[in-house]
Amino acid sequence: MASNIKIRAKVSNGVTTVKSLMSHEMETGLRKDKKTGEPIPAHFIQEVTAKWKDQTVMTALWSGGVSKNPYLSFKFNGGEPGDTIEISWVDNKGESESGTAEIK
Amino acid sequence: MIDATRRTLLKGSLGAATVGVAVGAGLLSPRIVLADWPEAAFKATDQAAALNDLLGSDATETSDKVKIKAPDIAENGAVVPVTVETDVGGVKSISIIAAGNQTPLIASFDLGENAIPFVSTRIKMAKTADVVAVVQTADELLSAAKPVKVTIGGCGG
Repeated sequence: MASNIKIRAKVSNGVTTVKSLMSHEMETGLRKDKKTGEPIPAHFIQEVTAKWKDQTVMTALWSGGVSKNPYLSFKFNGGEPGDTIEISWVDNKGESESGTAEIK
Repeated sequence: MIDATRRTLLKGSLGAATVGVAVGAGLLSPRIVLADWPEAAFKATDQAAALNDLLGSDATETSDKVKIKAPDIAENGAVVPVTVETDVGGVKSISIIAAGNQTPLIASFDLGENAIPFVSTRIKMAKTADVVAVVQTADELLSAAKPVKVTIGGCGG
């Protein structure tokens, strides 16, 4: 399956800014189905790891309180055009996804 | 009378045991993958408990060096853009809390050595409340709060 993580990374004055969009329903587990009254099972991303080359720049730990189709932006020192950024996530069901992009 | 109590006790312990097994089985696979996902902190229903679980302390010091960018009024509580940044050095992690949510801890970002203390994301807010950011450095917890008025809550069904 093609990656559903969109990543844009840009370096300016030695600072790389990364913006990413993931595609995930981010269900909290607290909502109830309007018709049946049954709780909707939780399904959300728990951990996002961002790597620049082989170095982990940031690890995000999330709850279902992050909005659906999560947006995440962060910055780090260093990074050169052409370097690879890799973002991967794992959700509470153990599903995972990762995507890469080159710094511009 | 004694018998009745015994029945209840038995039932109670059986029930608890079953739940325990179910939880254990259900969470087994994610736990292997995510050894460090702080479940207790994310399930805590008040901010102090969440911070204690996550960072080992809830003794935060309000600081104007922690900057939160969030709208004054969020029309849709399901998508509230929040940006946290600080110019404090040696930041280990940044946590975002929506004080009015059923489980207030939204996210925690562990920063690597090259990371700049800046994160931007979008969160859900159940009702009008403060968005709280907690910045963890080597020896202190700095925080800031920003009230956000929510017109339509984002956690209801």
